Amino acid sequence: MTEIQKIYLLIPLLPLFAAAVVGLFGRKLPRAAAHLITIPAVAAAFGLSAYVLIDVLQGHLFNGTVYTWLISGGTNFEVGFLIDQLSATMMVIVTFVSLMVHIYTIGYMHEDPGYSRFFSYISLFTFSMLMLVMSNNFMQLFFGWEAVGLVSYLLIGFWFTRPTAIYANLKAFLVNRVGDFGFLLGIGMVLYYLGSLDYAAVFSIAPQFADMKVSLIPGSEWSLMTVICILLFIGAMGKSAQVPLHVWLPDSMEGPTPISALIHAATMVTAGIFMVARMSPLFELSTTALSFVLVIGSITALFMAFLGIIQNDIKRVVAYSTLSQLGYMTVALGVSAYSAAIFHLMTHAFFKALLFLAAGSVIMAMHHDQDLRRMGGLRKYLPITYLTSVVGSLALAGIPPFAGFFSKDAIIEAVHASHIPGAGFAYFAVMAGVFVTAFYSFRQLFLAFHGEERFGHNHDDHEGDHDDEEVSADHHHGLAPGQKPHESPWVVTIPLIFLAVPSVFAGLLYIEPMLFGGFFGNAIVVRPEHDVLHHIGSEFHGWLPFALHGLTAAPFWLAIAGIASAWFLYLKRPELPGVIQSKFMTIYRILDNKYGFDSFNERFFAGGARYIGGKLWQVGDVKVIDGFMVNGTARLVGRISAVVRHLQSGLIYHYAFAMIIGAFVLLTFFMKI
Amino acid sequence: MFESNILSLSIWVPVLAGILVLATGNDERPGLTRWIALLGSIAGFLVTLPLYTRFDRADGGFQFQEGYNWIPSFNIHYHLGVDGLAVPLILLTSFTTMIVVLAGWEVIQKRVAQYMAAFLIMSGLMIGVFSALDGILFYVFWEAMLIPMFLVIGIWGGPNRVYATIKFFLYTLLGSLLMLVAFIYLFHQSNSFEIVDYYMLPLPLSVQLFIFFAFFMAFAVKIPMWPVHTWLPDAHVEAPTGGSVVLAAIMLKLGAYGFLRFAMPIAPDAAHYLATPMIVLSLIAVVYIAFVALAQQDMKKLIAYSSISHMGFVTLGLFIFNPLGMEGGVVQMISHGFISGAMFLCVGVLYDRMHSRQIADYGGVVNTMPTFTAFAVLFAMANAGLPGTSGFVGEFMVILAAVQENFWYAFLAATTLILGAAYTLWMVKRVFFGAVGNSHVAELQDLNKREFVILGVLALMVLGFGLYPQPITELTHATVEQLLTHLAQSKIPG
Repeated sequence: MTEIQKIYLLIPLLPLFAAAVVGLFGRKLPRAAAHLITIPAVAAAFGLSAYVLIDVLQGHLFNGTVYTWLISGGTNFEVGFLIDQLSATMMVIVTFVSLMVHIYTIGYMHEDPGYSRFFSYISLFTFSMLMLVMSNNFMQLFFGWEAVGLVSYLLIGFWFTRPTAIYANLKAFLVNRVGDFGFLLGIGMVLYYLGSLDYAAVFSIAPQFADMKVSLIPGSEWSLMTVICILLFIGAMGKSAQVPLHVWLPDSMEGPTPISALIHAATMVTAGIFMVARMSPLFELSTTALSFVLVIGSITALFMAFLGIIQNDIKRVVAYSTLSQLGYMTVALGVSAYSAAIFHLMTHAFFKALLFLAAGSVIMAMHHDQDLRRMGGLRKYLPITYLTSVVGSLALAGIPPFAGFFSKDAIIEAVHASHIPGAGFAYFAVMAGVFVTAFYSFRQLFLAFHGEERFGHNHDDHEGDHDDEEVSADHHHGLAPGQKPHESPWVVTIPLIFLAVPSVFAGLLYIEPMLFGGFFGNAIVVRPEHDVLHHIGSEFHGWLPFALHGLTAAPFWLAIAGIASAWFLYLKRPELPGVIQSKFMTIYRILDNKYGFDSFNERFFAGGARYIGGKLWQVGDVKVIDGFMVNGTARLVGRISAVVRHLQSGLIYHYAFAMIIGAFVLLTFFMKI
Repeated sequence: MFESNILSLSIWVPVLAGILVLATGNDERPGLTRWIALLGSIAGFLVTLPLYTRFDRADGGFQFQEGYNWIPSFNIHYHLGVDGLAVPLILLTSFTTMIVVLAGWEVIQKRVAQYMAAFLIMSGLMIGVFSALDGILFYVFWEAMLIPMFLVIGIWGGPNRVYATIKFFLYTLLGSLLMLVAFIYLFHQSNSFEIVDYYMLPLPLSVQLFIFFAFFMAFAVKIPMWPVHTWLPDAHVEAPTGGSVVLAAIMLKLGAYGFLRFAMPIAPDAAHYLATPMIVLSLIAVVYIAFVALAQQDMKKLIAYSSISHMGFVTLGLFIFNPLGMEGGVVQMISHGFISGAMFLCVGVLYDRMHSRQIADYGGVVNTMPTFTAFAVLFAMANAGLPGTSGFVGEFMVILAAVQENFWYAFLAATTLILGAAYTLWMVKRVFFGAVGNSHVAELQDLNKREFVILGVLALMVLGFGLYPQPITELTHATVEQLLTHLAQSKIPG
């Protein structure tokens, strides 16, 4: 094993080792051991990942096996690494955000009795996510895929005594399993038709199957690649929370805020985006699948953004914003702008982690009250949190020269340049989404940090405790009357600042290499007729002209309009939102019910499955099989034996005689066969 | 002689240990009895280890063979031998016996010696089933091993144990009798009870169908396949923990083993002919039973139904007739042995403290038993087929294999990803998570050392084979290849 291969191995194993030590012995070790063990491990993983990225950019790629997991049916199932530009980029993003979150956790979970358990989980998550992105084959991808799902499950339910938390984590796991269901079938199709689970082998052979048809339903033929890609994408829809499998993500906010930042914003939920980008050689072979991806992404981008407008829980605003931004990334995938998707994934990881951690800082200052209606005027008390939140919000809204502007504008331009079916609708969705995004993010900013101070009152006055989400209201302690919020400790604010820096600069620094400079090399494959980024690239003359051009383009003005509307409605005329809400009650209700997905799923799928289960059991097993067949047979035997009992004379020679006859009959029977 | 008699030792060491326990057993001094039983089970495990270490993985045929005349007038032999299918199951058996002895340690206070002896003897007899190469010898072991199980349920079982035992007995008896008829017929045709001779025996399709059906009745009941499965939940609910563990971990595998050893190779044309119905029954087990599991209120019943659903993967894997599926089925058997055993032990841990198996009687167990909950969640995740645990491996292989046969088979089988997670984790949620459910839960004590060791060892197995399943498939590989080659050749004369 060469030195660099040892480094590849160390990167995931260090967090795993830390997680194992803290997880197994955490309760016996002093409290500080939890972060003293995990943070150096994750920091080392980050440092090594950065080293690997630099090495990769010098052209040192790697694709190799670590060990053979299983050999069966002529297939080798292996655990191995593919280190290229795409995976190295992801490794750096994952370990960086993870490190920030690890540090932040020291402050955020300071008083929590599950301190060491939490560190163990997030280190385990870092390991799982690294295995996912470093994989060189579909099986390990699925491993990492499910492993991050497991950690997500454990962390959403971290506060396991809360009914809402343990409802949310079960829901998250099951909805993700629906996605995995498609994903696994997709992997099965890949193995069957393309004959391997190894990326390199599959990608090189796939073009030969571009025109192959399969007939899954007799009478209708589908392109094999379309079927494979859509099945794989169903997995991405679960993990990356695309409509209609998005329902788990808002509820996942029941988990502690650091993991909302790490798992449910910056990294795990982007696994689906990463996966599709990784599979670009397959998706490029099916325009139908790309269109499907595009439409799903557009719906998610726009309709989830609407829901962000009416949320009053500070974390839920950010959660819906995450859904919407994941939609943007998916849209980019749909128009074959894979590198734009990864670029947005990266900038989003920074500014969304920042926004979540800032929201967490606010929540700490508010003594675990998350309701925006009871905040206001916090900028005076939380200056660092405020300033970093402004950076995050500007980046999210796509104001130049913040990072989000570059990545989002690139996606919008790419959609504009695309001609695949669905691109027209997608263009409308991403444009409208810009306004909505700017509106809800600044609504949140204004409600939390500006305006009059609404905290420190008794809680009876708040109206509209409408839905089940606030069952956990008993955990929202809130500030006592007269109590003032304080800025969070440095372990919390330092990560905010560290995340704010790339939220400003990552866009302008990396737009040129990542989108137009061949940064990803052969890791991402785009067919010439799909290559919208190439088309944009011909008009790209550096980040500054791009940003200046942005100032004259529609998306910028839409964002400004969004911010202005938020200012007008929530600072200038704060009585207006209530009026509007009562005027448009129907729309409000639809949004408040989240378009009815939750109640439908609860009734149709959860209720339906329980109903079917009960019926199959009570009717199928108990009545038909046991009642009729088994006990019926027993009754029949009982009746016959009542007759036959007369034969039981108790005389030995009767029995012997009967046995002889019986044996005779049996023998005759067998002789004849 | 020990060199060449590993299989005999594997069978008779636990049986003799069981007899020794019975002979020295004394309810006044149960401590000694327990130690003898434990040492006996460890000895029983150690003697099976050479089967693993000395097994020639390149050879798909029978190894460690022993043969003696038993009843010469009927050409019946004491003929033992194992191939790559039997070895992992034998090791699973001897391993599980140690676990079961430990699991009954303080729990069983009534007739300790008889209890321990029953499991030791049962262990030997089950290993006999896996290693018999003579039809009658197999049949004798097959029937004999049921007797200790009947006793275990009938004596140490729950309130409704008599009904459960009789149901179990009638179901299995009905099936076994037809198998005996099939053996007599095959003897009549070949003048031999050697299983290997049966493999070579040409048979017309009509006869093969009859033979297959006779074996099917015996083995399908044992697995159990839908619709002959309803004895299992009742037996599990009434059985003491150890009984449930052996039932789930090993006895169910006997049915699948029977298909591999008898029904399929003796009647390969019939097996192909009936493959579709067998696959349909398997899929019904996977899907239908998963829904039924969802509706259960009793933890043991839920796990029992979950077992049936998981065994559906085994039969599905076998009847796809490709190496990935068949090895997947075998891996699933081994993995299910660990996971279902561990799940039943977990229920036992709770039952010993609370004397209830009702999900509704629990809630928030994690608050008082955090270590135990960590284990329980691990095993639950394994049951839900999480990658990294052994529960994933077999299902993954079988689903991938099913795609190659028919996409929709795989589609239905893969619903287990959702349904398996739903019934397992919903139970976990209701039992373990949440605030402390009631005053009894509030008083629960976490695992003692003995329980910790048992669950810890199983957890290592579940994780070990999840991260590196190759040792199992290495054993089975050559045998599966050979079996599939055999199955591909028609035995219809002419």
